Amino acid sequence: MMNWVHIAVPPASALLAQLLIGLINGAFYAMLSLGLAVIFGLLNIINFTHGSLYMLGAFCAYLLLNFFGIGYWPSLIIAPIVVGAFGILLERLLIRHVYKLDHLYGLLLTFGIALIIEGLFRQLYGATGKPYDTPDTLSGVRNLGFMFLPIYRAWVIAASTIFCFGTWFVIERTQLGAYLRAATENPALVQAFGINVPRMITLTYGFGVGLAALAGVMAAPIYQVSPLMGSNLIIVVFAVVVIGGMGSILGSIVAGYALGLVEGLTKVFYPEASSTAIFVIMVIVLLVKPSGLFGRGV
Amino acid sequence: MKLRSLIVAAAAAILLGAAAAPGALADGKTVKIGVLNDMSSLYSNIGGMGSVVAAQMAVKDFGGKVLGKPIEVVYADHQNKPDIGAGIASKWYDEDGVDAIFDLPTSSVAIAVQQVAKDRGKVTIISNGGSSDLTNKFCSPTGVHWTYDTYAMAHVIGDAIVKQGGKSWFFITADYAFGHQLQDDTAAVVTGAGGTVVGSVNVPLNNADFSSFLLQAQQSKAQIIGLANAGGDTINSIKQASEFGIVQGGQRMAGLLVFISDVDSLGLKTAQGLLLSEAYYWDQNDQTRAFAKKFQAAFNGKVPTSGQAGVYSAVMFYLKAMAAAKTEDGAEVVAQMRAMPINDFMTKNGRVREDGRVIRDMYLFQVKTPDESKYPYDYFKQLAVVPGDKAFRPLSESVCPLVKK
Repeated sequence: MMNWVHIAVPPASALLAQLLIGLINGAFYAMLSLGLAVIFGLLNIINFTHGSLYMLGAFCAYLLLNFFGIGYWPSLIIAPIVVGAFGILLERLLIRHVYKLDHLYGLLLTFGIALIIEGLFRQLYGATGKPYDTPDTLSGVRNLGFMFLPIYRAWVIAASTIFCFGTWFVIERTQLGAYLRAATENPALVQAFGINVPRMITLTYGFGVGLAALAGVMAAPIYQVSPLMGSNLIIVVFAVVVIGGMGSILGSIVAGYALGLVEGLTKVFYPEASSTAIFVIMVIVLLVKPSGLFGRGV
Repeated sequence: MKLRSLIVAAAAAILLGAAAAPGALADGKTVKIGVLNDMSSLYSNIGGMGSVVAAQMAVKDFGGKVLGKPIEVVYADHQNKPDIGAGIASKWYDEDGVDAIFDLPTSSVAIAVQQVAKDRGKVTIISNGGSSDLTNKFCSPTGVHWTYDTYAMAHVIGDAIVKQGGKSWFFITADYAFGHQLQDDTAAVVTGAGGTVVGSVNVPLNNADFSSFLLQAQQSKAQIIGLANAGGDTINSIKQASEFGIVQGGQRMAGLLVFISDVDSLGLKTAQGLLLSEAYYWDQNDQTRAFAKKFQAAFNGKVPTSGQAGVYSAVMFYLKAMAAAKTEDGAEVVAQMRAMPINDFMTKNGRVREDGRVIRDMYLFQVKTPDESKYPYDYFKQLAVVPGDKAFRPLSESVCPLVKK
């Protein structure tokens, strides 16, 4: 009991360190929930394959390193392209057939695909996963006074912030983004203006998938490259999307970082509840504001 | 809103997950052995299908028949959930005619299943499950704890580390029966040897990010960070500790339950120098190597973990006892097991004690550096042999009602 009291009142510097760590996890939540929000917003598909595509990104980096000697930096570009292409294939062959049906069909289909991909990799590589070393240029720790911050984690925060807000900018502030948003509102009308809507939707799916793969590559040096890394995360990420407001780009980014912080604090004050905290918040948000924090109405 | 019900539905689908492997109908014409473990999650590499392969090997080596009946091996995934494990176990015992259930990693599930078996006079032989309560508070006349337990781990590793001068400890503990037991057992060793426990943190099972907890451990200034967890949780703790420069900062990590598959996943660069305790390591002598070679041929070239080796050893001994007792009756077979010494590739003069605990020698190993490792899976060097009587809880400390005092 004494120990608990000791931990429950951490010094301010310790709290700062924990917040920073929460932000790192938040960066991953944000990148993944962003991809989900983009796909849901534009395709109306609840993409349960997202977690396994994130896992594929990490494995792609692992395989590139072990079979072709291709390191982290090129993987950061190659893996999203490869996995994104795979996603486009999925969309063309399978997913596009369920757009017009109830959400449930899309969900079941993508969930099934996720189970197959995950099962395949578990069969090939076992559940405990494979090591992936931090790139030399980013290894080491920096002493910030209040904590030792691994340089790689600082990079994760910086890079994910750039990617997330870059995506937000493209969708909300550019011509291309305007087409995309218009196409989701009224595809027939946009098509009438001479824009190839099906192709745009396919590419959007590929982009969302690429974003998941990118997060996967970035996660590889921190977590194990493991077949289960996606399914461990996907439910949390869905909660993040629901809290942020389904389909809201900005909502998913802000909720991602914010929930990372909240989870970080739970780990200090009541660690036993750290895996549940996000879902408690989800329940509260749904009760108070069913469309989510940034949602545009139900 | 429809969306929410969908998310609930999907979550439910994930919880239900894979279904149990179907068993044939109970007909009394076969002897059935069930392997019940984690087939898909964080403990599947220490047991999983490897344990099924080990059980099948033992059945084959025994001759495939006992008491004139063919022996059949069935298996299922308990998903580390006590309710699912207990459900499968009752179905197996009641409807499918399973005689004994083996392996049972995840102590909370092992405790539940051992209770189901006890109520029915059926046998459980636990290999990968760890809590020492299985043969103490929760002991059963038909329950045998085969390979290791938290008490032995705590004593072998805790003792060695305190003797090396590691006096102050901080625990990162998996928040369920096994983790708490492992922490309590180790803390008792540490304080008993004059050390102190400066703090601890309970972490939900199957956690991906340990950095927050490692930071708390770092700030505690404890000399030793004890990892009262297992499998994927231990791997992530050690990997992330190296990322945060914890070892360079002068603190040491003590994995209280580390398997060879964990070391394989970590890589020697990260795992080197770790102390660990096992009941079996493939490269100890000709017999252990011979078993490993046979296992590798049957299981994609992977060396057996001590838990998987334990399943082979346990199935073989169970069948021998059944043949000697000339009955399938659980209580009588276990009584016969208590009367026979255990001698096989991994056990020298072992015995099943009245509380169900198997008394065997435990080994203290250290993980080799990348330079010391000369061939695949050349991971451990043996530092000490701890005799069974020293490693496991003495009967004088037992609260098991089966122990007569």
